[in-house]
Order: sequence, then structure tokens, then C-alpha cells
Amino acid sequence: MFNSLSEKLESAFKNIKGEGRISELNIANTVKDIRRALVDADVNYKIAKEFTDKVKETALGSKVLLSVNPGQQMVKIVQDELTALMGGTESEFNVTGNPAIILIAGLQGSGKTTFSGKLANYLKTKKGKSPLLVAADIYRPAAIDQLEVLGGQIGVDVYSERENKDAVSIAQNAIKEARSKNKNVIIIDTAGRLAVDEVMMTEVANVKAAVNPHEILFVVDSMTGQDAVNTAAAFNERLDFSGVVLTKLDGDTRGGAALSIKYTVNKPIKFMSSGEKMDTLDVFYPERMAQRILGMGDIVSLVEKA
Amino acid sequence: QKTREGFFGKITKAIAGKSTVDVDVLDNLEDALVSADVGIETTVKIIENIELRVAKDKYLNTAELNGILKAEIEALLVKGDADATYENYELPKGHHPHVILVVGVNGVGKTTTIGKLAHNFSLAGKSVLLGAADTFRAAAVEQLTIWSERTGVPIVKREQGSDPASVAYDTVVSGVARNADVILIDTAGRLHNKAHLMDELSKIKKVIQKVIPAAPHEVMLVLDGSTGQNALEQAKHFTAATEVTALTITKLDGTAKGGVVIAIADQFKIPVKFIGVGEKAQDLLVFDGKQFVNGLFSL
Ligand SMILES: Nc1nc2c(ncn2[C@@H]2O[C@H](COP(=O)(O)OP(=O)(O)OP(=O)(O)O)[C@@H](O)[C@H]2O)c(=O)[nH]1
Ligand SMILES: Nc1nc2c(ncn2[C@@H]2O[C@H](COP(=O)(O)OP(=O)(O)OP(=O)(O)O)[C@@H](O)[C@H]2O)c(=O)[nH]1
Ligand SMILES: [Mg+2]
Ligand SMILES: [Mg+2]
Repeated sequence: MFNSLSEKLESAFKNIKGEGRISELNIANTVKDIRRALVDADVNYKIAKEFTDKVKETALGSKVLLSVNPGQQMVKIVQDELTALMGGTESEFNVTGNPAIILIAGLQGSGKTTFSGKLANYLKTKKGKSPLLVAADIYRPAAIDQLEVLGGQIGVDVYSERENKDAVSIAQNAIKEARSKNKNVIIIDTAGRLAVDEVMMTEVANVKAAVNPHEILFVVDSMTGQDAVNTAAAFNERLDFSGVVLTKLDGDTRGGAALSIKYTVNKPIKFMSSGEKMDTLDVFYPERMAQRILGMGDIVSLVEKA
Repeated sequence: QKTREGFFGKITKAIAGKSTVDVDVLDNLEDALVSADVGIETTVKIIENIELRVAKDKYLNTAELNGILKAEIEALLVKGDADATYENYELPKGHHPHVILVVGVNGVGKTTTIGKLAHNFSLAGKSVLLGAADTFRAAAVEQLTIWSERTGVPIVKREQGSDPASVAYDTVVSGVARNADVILIDTAGRLHNKAHLMDELSKIKKVIQKVIPAAPHEVMLVLDGSTGQNALEQAKHFTAATEVTALTITKLDGTAKGGVVIAIADQFKIPVKFIGVGEKAQDLLVFDGKQFVNGLFSL
């Protein structure tokens, strides 16, 4: 697909060399190709439309620069718009409380438990913190065991109550535990849940209300398709989360869901998770994500060819 | 149910207030299909076929559109041969035990699907054996062990970190010895672009064949219903490594539309056999193409 996008862009722009301005006529097809490429990258189709309309607006009437060819110029416009969209507000990560309370939420299997371990490892090794992991998933078979194995791997304590079937009181008790054990960050791993599951959404909202977290992170599988917007909006409505975590970026997904989510809830993407090992966590780089969604490898080579 | 109503709602909106199929209707239809994760390529194919019909039949009304759409999508879905369906959890004839190897990327629902299958095969009076060949993920063995306890089905397992191929081997040997009807082998989640992990899967398959040359009789690729176009890559690479014979689509109890079913069936000719609609043992449905398509378009 992306080979053909760059080919299409290339041929589309051959025709406008020598014309003074980018016109409606000479970018109509290009805009359509970019839109389709975005949808193929799993950007929500409505957002892809709005985004390409904006690109078109910016491009229209732009002077065709003499120093670069129109292809390069169009690439730059798209890249700039996308990067601006992906980045936006500078994202701080608030671990100043004592203990700082971090709540992790998201759909089933998105990577919450793995991320909780990675975050604890990151805060411990890179930020000199003393974290406590909290097993507040009382549903998934062996969820506590999973977190304990990860905690063991990174040398971080895990708080759990195997007989307690109330996520809210587990989270509250964990705060007391953190205070008594001198832990300055607690990371609460919760069960996966669907946004349409009223009972489960209420549970996580209750956990939030009870512990008043400094950060609430919404964990999303980067392979998610068109539904990402609905899920993100629903979780945001209930939790007003403070940031997004993208997981499984070690795959070959284009990750258009990232753009959809950013566009829909306008919350910063704070971390990128890319592996099953505990050290595969990175802070978020908007340019990298923008390039990935657009298949910039090809576009860069297009510019180089030009 | 939610999946179907959502999809149908969009289609209804797409044609509301229109009596004939025109460009607007087709545009809206395109949006509905794309937003269900059907993907551009398959959507374009469906729309083009409908355009042809519109051109040919001159006057096509929107009431007829449903019927045509249904036919178009049904034509794309692959029908496995009648013998190889699991209707009422009957097993295909001609061999015993029936070995199902379950594969897929991380977190899609492989282990849970195995738990559900164990439950349903047991209910249907089959003797089941589980193999915990995910020796990698933290507490994966414990997770499958809980499913084995829940369903009262035996499990072959070793400690985390042991060789997955030898666990698979032991499971099949044990299944033959116990005269099990169906053997379900869980594997670790792996991303399809990781060559060494895909090789490991091929190795697991080969080792199983040392015990039963025709096994695994089914290689079940589990796909998360909320996954977008990447599911096509998953189907492609898992098929290359293990010759996938069947799909299970999970998490269709959410708002994701699972249109991925249509695109994959179209491009890879792999039949969907089960769908997951929840986290409980009973939340698995045998996929019924006709019902699925009917479900898309019935109120
Ligand atoms: N390749 C890869 N795998 C990941 C990544 N993050 C998580 N995983 C894997 O994805 C699967 C699911 O991860 P979990 O951390 O259990 O997901 P979860 O959201 O806690 O799942 P539930 O608690 O069941 O909702 C596991 O196999 C993890 O090893 C990642 O960044 N890359
Ligand atoms: N809502 C819903 N959740 C599901 C369904 N199938 C599985 N899940 C949940 O998805 C999460 C991941 O399921 P697993 O069975 O652990 O997935 P897996 O593919 O074995 O994961 P790895 O072994 O880590 O790769 C769990 O929280 C399951 O309860 C389904 O059909 N609907
Ligand atoms: Mg978890
Ligand atoms: Mg598993």
C-alpha cells in the first residue's frame, strides 16, 4: 500500500512542476490517496477525512517553492500537520505525590499488567523511585500471579489480597501499605474491561474516586482499528484520564489508532511499550509516531529520490 | 448482538430517506463498511460489485440493497467443508484424537478461547486434554491451570521457561495414551513480524507430527475483534509459519465491529469457526456464516 502511495504521490506531483501554486485540481487525487493510506493505517475514517481536509486547506494556494519540488513540499505539509497533531501539549508525568498514585486502565489484553511492570521498573531504575505494584484485577485467572512474576523480575514489591473481591478496598489498603513501607509511588493494575460494560466501568470509576490518582493512564493496543475512538471517548468520559499508553509497537502495525485517540480526546500519549521484556518502555515521540502512521520510510525515500 | 445492531444501524442510516441507490447511498455504505474495519480494499470490492448491479439493473431501490449486500458479503465468507465445522461441538470424523493448536499475537484471547472450548467439548461429552505450551508469559501456565480446574479437564504442563515444543510433544503423547477425543494446545502470544518466534511455532508443529503425522488437525488463529487492518498481516504470517486452518474472532461483545472477518475471509480463504463474546466459559459461539450475515442486516 505504501509503495503505491509514494508512487502515486510521485506521479501526482510530476504534473504540477512548473505551476506557480498548488491548486484544487492538482491535489484532489493526492488528498484522496493520503486519506486512504491513513484509513489503511487504521486512522478513524472520519478523522482521516477531517485531517486531509485540513492538509488540503494548508496546501491550497501555497506557493510552489522553487528550491524544492512540489512532492517534497506536500510531504512536508502532511508531516508537519501530523506531528503537530500527535504532539501538542507538552506531557509531564506527575510522580510528585507521596505516594504518587497511578491508575492503569483499558480493554482486555491491551497490555496493562505488562505495562504496570515496565512503569515500575522505569520509575525505579530511571527516576530513583520506590514503587509498589498493586494487583487490583480480581477477575482474570492468575492476574495476581502474573503481576507477582513481573514484580519478582524487576525487584518491586506487589501488594495483593487474594481473598478480597473488592478492587476499591484493595487500592485503598495499598496506600496504607505504601505509607508504612516507605514506597513513594503506587501503580494500580486493574482488570481489562469493555467500555460498554456498565458494572465494570463503574468499578474503575469507584477506584478513581476512592484513591484520587495523580495519573490515570489509558492503555491501548496499537493494533486497534476503527473502534479506538469509541473506546477512548468512553474511558475518558468515565475516568478523565491524564494520558495514553500505546503498546505492542514492536509489531508492524501502522498504529493509526494513536492519531484517532489523540484527535478524539486530546490527551497526551505518554509512553510507548514495545516488547514483552520489562525494559522495553519509552517515552512518546510524536515525530516517530507520525512517520510510522504515514509510512514515512517510503515518503522519505520519495523525497530523497526527488 | 451489539456488533450486529451497530452495523445494521449504520446501514439503515446510510439509506434512510432514499428510495434509490445513488452516489450518496454508496458513499455512506462505504463509510459504514470502513468503520466496521472491513478495510479499503474489500470495501471497494463490495461497492464496485454493487455499482455494477446498479448500472445493470438501472433502477435499484434501497430495499433491494440489503439483499444484495448480504449476498455480496456471504459470497466473500469462506465456507469450510461441512465435515470440519464444530456444530454442537462434534469432532471431524476419520481420526482420533483431534489436535487443535491455538496461535496468535499477544493478548488476543488464545488461553481464554481454549478454556471455553474445553468447557464446550466437555459438555458435549468429549474427553479433553489441555497442553500449556505457553511457557514464556508470566503466569500463563497458572492461567491455563485455572481453566483446567474450572472445566474439570486435565492439563499437561511444566514450569515457566521450559521448552514449549517438548510440552506440546508430551501433551500429544499423553493424549494418545489417555485416549482423549480432543487435545487443545495453548501457545505464547507472539507478534508475527518476529521471525524467531514464528520459527518456534513451526517447530512446535513439527514435533506434534512426530507423534501424529496428520496433526495438528486444526491450527486455530485467534484474532482480536477490535484489531484493525493489522489482522490481515497476522493472517498472512501465521499462515506462512503454520498453515492456519481456522479463525476465532474474540471480544465481539464490545463495540468493535469485527469487519476484519470479511476482509480476511476474502483475502486468505480461511474460515471463521468460533466467535468470543465474553470472558466466561460459555461465551463462545460456533460461527455460522449465514446467521452472521443475516445478523448484520436483520433488525
Ligand atoms: N510484543 C509485545 N507484547 C506485549 C506488549 N505489552 C504487552 N504485551 C503482551 O500482551 C499480552 C497481554 O498483556 P497483559 O499485560 O497481560 O495485558 P492486560 O491488559 O493486563 O490484559 P488483561 O488483564 O487480561 O486485560 C501478554 O502476552 C504480554 O506479554 C508489547 O509492548 N509488545
Ligand atoms: N470481553 C471479552 N474479553 C475476552 C474475550 N476473550 C478473551 N478475553 C479477555 O482478554 C484478555 C486476554 O485473554 P487471554 O486468553 O489471556 O489472551 P491470550 O491470547 O492467551 O494472551 P497471551 O497468552 O498473553 O498472548 C483476558 O482478560 C480475557 O478475559 C472475549 O471474547 N470477550
Ligand atoms: Mg492484566
Ligand atoms: Mg495466553
